[in-house]
Amino acid sequence: MTMDNALERRPNPDDLNDRGLSETQDERVSYLRAGHTLRSWLLTTDHKRIAILYLISVTLFFFIGGAAAALVRADLLTPQADLLTNEGYNRAFTLHGVIMVWFFLIPSIPNTFGNFLIPLMIGARDLAFPRLNLLSWYIYMLGGLFTVFVLIAGGVDTGWTFYTPLSSMFSNGHVVMVAVAVFVVGFSSILTGLNFIVTVHKLRAPGMSWGRLRLFVWAHYATSLILVLATPVLSVTLALVAAERLFGLGIFDPKLGGDPLLFQHLFWFYSHPAVYIMVLPALGVVSELVAASARKPVFGYRFIAGSSIAIAIIGFLVWGHHMFVAGQSMYASAVFSFLSLAVAVPSGIKVYNWTATLYKGHIELDPPFFFAASFIGLFVVGGLTGLVLAMLAVDVHLHDTYFVVAHFHYIMVGGTVSAYFGALHFWWPKMSGRIYPRIWGRLAAIFIFLGFNLTFFPQFILGYLGMPRRYHVYDPSFQVLHVLSSAGASILGVAYLMPFTYLFWSMRYGAPAGPNPWDVRGLEWTVPSPPPKHNFEEIPVVTGPPYDYPLEREGDQGEAGDAAEGNAAEGNAGSRA
Amino acid sequence: MSLVRTLSLVWAALLGLLLLTLGASFALTGPASLAASLAIAVAKAALIYWFFMHLREEGGLVRLAALGVAAWLVIFTLLTSADYAMRP
Amino acid sequence: MSERIELHEPFSDAAQQHEAGMLGMYVFLGTEMMLFGGVFAVIFVTRALHPAEFVAASQKLHVFIGALNTGVLLTSSFAVALAVAFARAARARLAAGLLVAAAGLGLVFLGLKAFEYTLEIHEGLLPLFSRPANFSGPVEHLFMNLYLVATSLHAIHMTIGVVLLTGLAWRIARGGVPLPGRVALVENSGLYWHFVDVIWVFLYPALYLAR
Repeated sequence: MTMDNALERRPNPDDLNDRGLSETQDERVSYLRAGHTLRSWLLTTDHKRIAILYLISVTLFFFIGGAAAALVRADLLTPQADLLTNEGYNRAFTLHGVIMVWFFLIPSIPNTFGNFLIPLMIGARDLAFPRLNLLSWYIYMLGGLFTVFVLIAGGVDTGWTFYTPLSSMFSNGHVVMVAVAVFVVGFSSILTGLNFIVTVHKLRAPGMSWGRLRLFVWAHYATSLILVLATPVLSVTLALVAAERLFGLGIFDPKLGGDPLLFQHLFWFYSHPAVYIMVLPALGVVSELVAASARKPVFGYRFIAGSSIAIAIIGFLVWGHHMFVAGQSMYASAVFSFLSLAVAVPSGIKVYNWTATLYKGHIELDPPFFFAASFIGLFVVGGLTGLVLAMLAVDVHLHDTYFVVAHFHYIMVGGTVSAYFGALHFWWPKMSGRIYPRIWGRLAAIFIFLGFNLTFFPQFILGYLGMPRRYHVYDPSFQVLHVLSSAGASILGVAYLMPFTYLFWSMRYGAPAGPNPWDVRGLEWTVPSPPPKHNFEEIPVVTGPPYDYPLEREGDQGEAGDAAEGNAAEGNAGSRA
Repeated sequence: MSLVRTLSLVWAALLGLLLLTLGASFALTGPASLAASLAIAVAKAALIYWFFMHLREEGGLVRLAALGVAAWLVIFTLLTSADYAMRP
Repeated sequence: MSERIELHEPFSDAAQQHEAGMLGMYVFLGTEMMLFGGVFAVIFVTRALHPAEFVAASQKLHVFIGALNTGVLLTSSFAVALAVAFARAARARLAAGLLVAAAGLGLVFLGLKAFEYTLEIHEGLLPLFSRPANFSGPVEHLFMNLYLVATSLHAIHMTIGVVLLTGLAWRIARGGVPLPGRVALVENSGLYWHFVDVIWVFLYPALYLAR
């Protein structure tokens, strides 16, 4: 990013006191200024505006879920039950789980950055069904506000997994209402997934073949497949739990010949693939950040793209690993254990290819690179501990301990949330049209990384030593590690708030970004920042591969060599000096 | 209009399959009955999808979408029943 | 014919719009299929756990009313398929008439279903309306619970379909839906109706014909 160019792009280059306060020419015709009324936002069908609506609401729910996490961590500072009652603690971690899973992690990257970027990246004016897109946001808000209402009404204490028979027969929280809220928000997921699938199939610009799609788009396509195939099963499962509670259906009740474990089959058929709904878009973001940081063609493009699809498919075959100690048949467990190990292969492919892409790249220490690098490290730790848990015998020791909690937080928070912030820092100049101070971005990334590790690494040890999850009264010998974890969480909390100060600051005081502030390749960097309402004046014609950065060495063969040939039709501004 | 004739034939075939599955339920029991009724239901669904729901006219993509869902239901049922079939 | 199709943002030609609409509708029906897939999985697991009791409970259902209803539904699907064919040929009145006929058959289905429910209430078999003590055993109770959940979920979809087809027929008859310009509306409503039919095609043997 070259500041000098940015300064020249100010609205009044001669006025040294004008630090970008006034509008640029691009901003005057951008999607942000296409209508100023509240109505023009709430009834918009522009995918970019809907992305902004999602960005605001998803971030809001992130902080609500974070507040619940803060309560949990505060209560765990001491081995006694001093801050929260048993009931209150159960409700706090349930609320944390429900909000973070369904109202932050699942919609986070797809509905904000996917919505904003997919049409721009494939050369389309909008998603295939713009009105469905808006409807999906309203459904999301309906489900979200209903959840907040349930929270005020007293909450629910089953954990986000709603295991039967606790949820169906014994829990006295508002299980039915939360089930309704999650049922409702499921339709939002389905509509988004449907929209992305049809858009990627049918609205690609001329010349934008599947082999020229950006890896971000590939990842979102794979995510959408899971969204549409898995979410309905969750909907029907929650409907059955609600019916079981209200009418004593008996499907999950052994007294009537039902089977409580059947709930776990139905639930995890959705919820394990849902983990990949949360992480696949993050993998797509990191593929983009890595390519942009290295500024050279992606190593193993086909393998990264294919591994996204492989994760989506194999991810559907592993759900039984949540039930190793729940009474599932041992033989079925063995099959699920094997398949769970297999899903690590495509994830590994991605990590190796990112590393190879970065090797000898032109890396500048921009904030997006910091987030990408911390993502890779945390994802590797989270992924490898997942292999540990997929082993049948080891899982007997570690099941339902803090080891599991640490494992999935490394993937969900270390992975997805890092990627969410990485995406925010990478595409913020495109979305807002302004540049934020890079030094603050770097600091935020470093604090998030440190705070995260301090919070969750001790939990691996806690779990290995035998601290069970979902307990708030614990053996005093665990206290040191819990205090470390809570201290880390406070750093993490502050670090998550940091970006919002300087990003808001940049909207008013930041220098105009220009179309391509990072000097990278891709269709979204060929349109002005912020983009005009209809994205492209004319639908672009694509003639070259993605990531067509120039190569330095002559005589290179293979994928990189191919990539260097056809030049970008995108007329890219970024020839590196 | 030959299309009307085709659709009428499909309708007749569907009603024929209905009688067949009804008859099979009186003739067969146990797993054979389940297999027969499932197979006939799949045949009926295939006729409806192919002729009534325009799969015949559509490209590979839409056909794939229809088949993909069927494949996922098979995965779901197979892996779930793997547990129930192999429990001690 | 393709020039007469109305185009909407963000599509650039009629074929693209048609394929996108078709794919979107198929993906949506796929999600509906997965929704019912959960119910079918529960039915099959229950049968696998208690084969004998499941068959005994299934034998108490009114198998011929079910068969009649299947026939009614298959016929209504036939009517919808014809309606789409005529809508594509711009024969609006005929298309509207066939849609009304299909919706009428849908009402016949729902009426027969309601009649069946009343019979079951008299026999003390329908959950919510009968005392649990009337059941011969817990599995019969569970089976009838499943039966009620599955058939009522299907009936909800049927009701939506009847409203959809009636409204569409009314709009076509009033000239509110120019044909074949907006034939996609007829096609998609038709797809939904056929899908609801397909669900019943599987529900009928799964519940009524377990032997």
